[in-house]
Amino acid sequence: MTLKMPTPDEAVLARRAEIVAALRAIVSGEGVIDDADELRPYESDGLTAYRQPPMAVVLPETVDQVAAVLRWCHANGVRVVPRGAGTSLSGGALPLADAVLLGMARFNRILAIDYADRIAVVQPGVTNLAITRAVEEEGFYYAPDPSSQIACTIGGNVAENSGGVHCLKYGLTTNNVLGVELVTIEGEVLRLGGRHLDPAGLDLLGVVVGSEGLLGVVTEVTVRILPRPETARAALIGFPTVESAGQCVADVIAAGIIPAGMEMMDRPAIHAAEAFVQVGYPLDVEALLIVEMDGPAAECDHLVDEVARIADANGAVSLRVSNDDAERLAFWAGRKAAFPAVGRIAPDYYCMDGTIPRRRLPEVLRRMSELAAHHGLGVANVFHAGDGNLHPLILYDAHKPGDLERAEEFGNDILRLCVEVGGVLTGEHGVGVEKRDLMPAMFSDIDLKQQQRVKCAFDPASLLNPGKVFPTLHRCAELGRMHVHGGALPFPDLPRF
Amino acid sequence: MTVHHPTTPEDLERLFADAVGHGGKLELRGGGSKTAIGAARDAEIVDLRGFAGVADYDPPELVLTVRPGTPLADVERLVAEQGQMLAFEPFDHGPLFGQAPGTATIGGVVAAGTAGSGRLTAGGARDHLLGFTAVSGRGERFVAGGKVVKNVTGYDLPKLIAGSWGRLAAITELTLKVLPRPRVVRTMAIEGLGAEAAQAAMADAMGGPAEIAAAAHRPALDGRAAVTLFRVQGFAPSVEARCAALPHLLERHGRTVELPADEAAPLWTSIGRAGALADAETLWRVALPPSAAPGFVAAFDPLGGRWLLDWAGGLVWLGFDGDPALVRSTAEAAGGHAMLLRGPAELRDRVPMQHPRAAGVMALEERVRRAFDPAGIFETGRFLDHAHAH
Ligand SMILES: Cc1cc2nc3c(=O)[nH]c(=O)nc-3n(C[C@H](O)[C@H](O)[C@H](O)COP(=O)(O)OP(=O)(O)OC[C@H]3O[C@@H](n4cnc5c(N)ncnc54)[C@H](O)[C@@H]3O)c2cc1C
Repeated sequence: MTLKMPTPDEAVLARRAEIVAALRAIVSGEGVIDDADELRPYESDGLTAYRQPPMAVVLPETVDQVAAVLRWCHANGVRVVPRGAGTSLSGGALPLADAVLLGMARFNRILAIDYADRIAVVQPGVTNLAITRAVEEEGFYYAPDPSSQIACTIGGNVAENSGGVHCLKYGLTTNNVLGVELVTIEGEVLRLGGRHLDPAGLDLLGVVVGSEGLLGVVTEVTVRILPRPETARAALIGFPTVESAGQCVADVIAAGIIPAGMEMMDRPAIHAAEAFVQVGYPLDVEALLIVEMDGPAAECDHLVDEVARIADANGAVSLRVSNDDAERLAFWAGRKAAFPAVGRIAPDYYCMDGTIPRRRLPEVLRRMSELAAHHGLGVANVFHAGDGNLHPLILYDAHKPGDLERAEEFGNDILRLCVEVGGVLTGEHGVGVEKRDLMPAMFSDIDLKQQQRVKCAFDPASLLNPGKVFPTLHRCAELGRMHVHGGALPFPDLPRF
Repeated sequence: MTVHHPTTPEDLERLFADAVGHGGKLELRGGGSKTAIGAARDAEIVDLRGFAGVADYDPPELVLTVRPGTPLADVERLVAEQGQMLAFEPFDHGPLFGQAPGTATIGGVVAAGTAGSGRLTAGGARDHLLGFTAVSGRGERFVAGGKVVKNVTGYDLPKLIAGSWGRLAAITELTLKVLPRPRVVRTMAIEGLGAEAAQAAMADAMGGPAEIAAAAHRPALDGRAAVTLFRVQGFAPSVEARCAALPHLLERHGRTVELPADEAAPLWTSIGRAGALADAETLWRVALPPSAAPGFVAAFDPLGGRWLLDWAGGLVWLGFDGDPALVRSTAEAAGGHAMLLRGPAELRDRVPMQHPRAAGVMALEERVRRAFDPAGIFETGRFLDHAHAH
C-alpha cells in the first residue's frame, strides 16, 4: 500500500469495547460484528490492493438505527465509513482502523413502484439489477447499467454516480435519480428531491449524488424507470488503425446519432477477449468498435445502415451487423468478458478510468504504449468511445516485488495524461483513495478547498469517510476563515465554521 | 442604484472582497429578464454581460464552453448552425414580464435552472452543465466539474450552481453538453380531454415504446378546444413508425391526429413558456409527481385558477390570484413544490419565491451557501429565506 490513510486515533481504538457495546445497544444480534475473522470480508472493496479491517461493522435495518448509530458516533467523535456491496474500484468503501463500517446490505427492499409516474422507490442496499428485475414484467427497466450491476447497490451507485455502457444515451446515475432520503452524521433525516423533477431550492440532491459517502448516508432512493426499447441492434466493426476507429466515432456523432452504446477495444483487449470467449472477433485489426442502437425496429434498422456506411467511409476492414438478439449478445460477450479475459493473460490487472476529449484518443493511446514500455508493463484498453471514458487495464503480477508499485505509477501517469489533454481523472469509478493524491493535477488548492467547504456544511467534524477524495484534510474552522478587510470581519453575528 | 460592469475575474474578485469588507449586498445579473422574480431588494447590481463570447466549441465532442453574458439567442444560433441544440430547451423569461425577447443570457438561464418542455426526457440545466469557472462570494476564483461529457471527479458542484440563482458564486465561464438536433420533429395530438384523462394519456404515451420527447396539455382556452400534445422526434423512418404507432397506443384515450408544424409550434410555446397565461397577474410554477397533477388543478378550478400542464403533468403552470398559502399547501400535499414566478410586488415582498423546504433542509442549504459566500454578500433579501437577512 503506497497511500497514507488518516492516522488512527489511539484514544478511539482504546475505546473499542465501549463502542461495540454502544452499537449493540442500537442494533442487536448479528447486526454488529467485532470478531477478527468475521471482519475480514469487509477489509477491502473492489480495489483489492488496499486492505484494512474496520474496528467494527454495523448492519442496521431501519432508518432509526442508522440515525442512532450516526448520532452516537458523532457525539463520541467516532469515524464512520458507509458501505454498499463493496465493489468500488477506487477504494471508496475502504475501512479505517478506527472507524465503524456502516454496511447498508440489509436495506434490501423495494418500497414502491409507480408505473404512471415511472419511478421506483428503493432501499439503498437493493442491487442495481434488482430494480430492473422488479419492473421488467411491466416492460420497464432502470437505465444506468454498471458492469457490476448484479452485485453493486443503488446506494453505492448514488455515492459513486456510476455509469455503464448505456450512459451516453441515458445518462449517469445522477440523471436518473429524483430523490433520496439522507441521514446526516448528526443523525438528522433529510429528504432531498422527491418524485418530481427539479428541487425547490438549492440542488443538494445533485451534490449528494457522486459524493462518495462523504456527505451523508443514503437510506432511500427514488429512481426513474424507462420503458424498455422495443429492439436493439449492434454493429461490430474492425479498423486497421485506432485513428480510423476514432474518426468513425466522431463521424457517427457528427451525423446526429447518439448510439445506446459505443465501445472500443484495442488489439490486446480484442485478443484477450477472443481467446477467452471465442465469439469471432477479428484478430487482424487494431481497433474494434461495437455500436449499439436501440428503439423502434425502424430506427435501429435505419441507424445500423447509417453506421455501416460511416464505418465503410472510414476504411473499416470488417463489419458485422446483428440480425437477432443472440448475435447482438455475442458481439457484447467479448467486451463484457474483457476484464476476466485480461485476468487470464496476466496474474493481476489494474483498471483505470480517465476521460479524455475523444479526438485526442490516438495520441493518448500512443503515449500510453510509450509509458507501458517505460514501466515495463502491458496494457489493454477498453473504452466507452462515445463519451471518451478510457478503461486501460494495466497488467502486472502482485507476487513480483515492485510490480504493484509500478502498476500504480503507470496508472497515475495515464491519469495525468488524461488531465493534460483536457480530460479528467475519473469518468465513473470515483476518486476514493485511489485517485485522491492526484486531485491536484486537476484542481488547484482553492478549488479543492471550495469543495471541502461543501463537505464542512454537511459534516463539520469530518467524521464521514475521511481519507477519501481529498488529498489534504483541512479543519473546517480553518477553511471557513476569511481574509479580513479594513481590520474587521463584517457581520460578526453571521455563523462561520 | 449602483451597477457594476466587471469584465475580468479580477474585477469580480475585487468587487466581492470589497463587499465583504464593507458589508455590501450584490445581485448578480445577466440580461435582467428575471429581475421581476422575488422580493424587492436593495442591492448593487453586478452586470455579467461583460463576460461574453464563446471560449471553445467542439461539436463532435458535444461540448460548448461559453461565457455567461452571451445572449441565449446567440448560443442557440451557434449550435443550430452545427445541427446541434441545448437539449434542456432553456428559454427567455423576458416575455413573461412584458419585456421584448432577447435579453436572456446563457449564464442567467443556467443559474435559474430554466428548462422547457424537453426537460421531461432530456434533463434540465443541471443535467447539461458539465463544468464552470466562477468567483465565489469569498472573492476567490475556482473551477469545478470538467470539459468532457463524462466526469465524476470531485463533488458535482455544477449541479449545485445550476439553479442557485446567483447565491453562491458568479459564473465566469461554463461548459455545457450539447446534443444533435433531431432531424424531424412532429406533433401528435388528442383534442378535448380533461386534466385527468390528459394525464392518463400522457402517462400511457411515456410508458410505451413511442419514445415521446415531450408531452403537454392545455385545457380549452382562447377559443381553442383542449389539446394534449405529444412530440415525436428523431430520424425520419423512426419518427414515421412511432407516429404511426401512437394512435393505437392511445386508442382508449381518444383519436390521435397529427398537427401541422405551424399550428403545433405556437401551442408548444404557449404551454412551455406559459404564454397562454400571459394575462394572469400571479403565475406559479409547480413541480410535482405527474399523477398528482389532475388533483392539484382540480383544487383550483372552482376558485378561478387557470393552468397548463407540461412534462407529462410533472409541471403545472398555475395562474391564480387567490391565497398563496393554499397554492403552497396543495402543492405540498401533492408531493411537489410551488415557485412564485410572477405576481404583484406586494405579494412577492411577503411570499418567498421558492417553496419553503423542511427546516433541516433549509438550514443545510444555508450552510452550503455560507460555504461559498461566508459574509452573505449575495443575500440581498430577494428570496426571503435567509435566517440572517439584513
Ligand atoms: C467487475 C466490476 C465492474 C464494474 N463496472 C462498473 C461500471 O461499468 N461502471 C461504474 O460506474 N462502476 C463500475 N464498477 C464500480 C462499482 O461497482 C460502482 O462504483 C458501484 O456503484 C459501487 O457500489 P457498491 O454497492 O459496491 O458500493 P461500495 O463499493 O460498497 O461503496 C462505494 C462508495 O459508496 C459509499 N456508499 C455505499 N453505500 C452508501 C450509502 N447507502 N450511503 C452513502 N454512501 C454509500 C461508500 O462509502 C463508498 O464510498 C465496477 C466494479 C467491479 C468490481
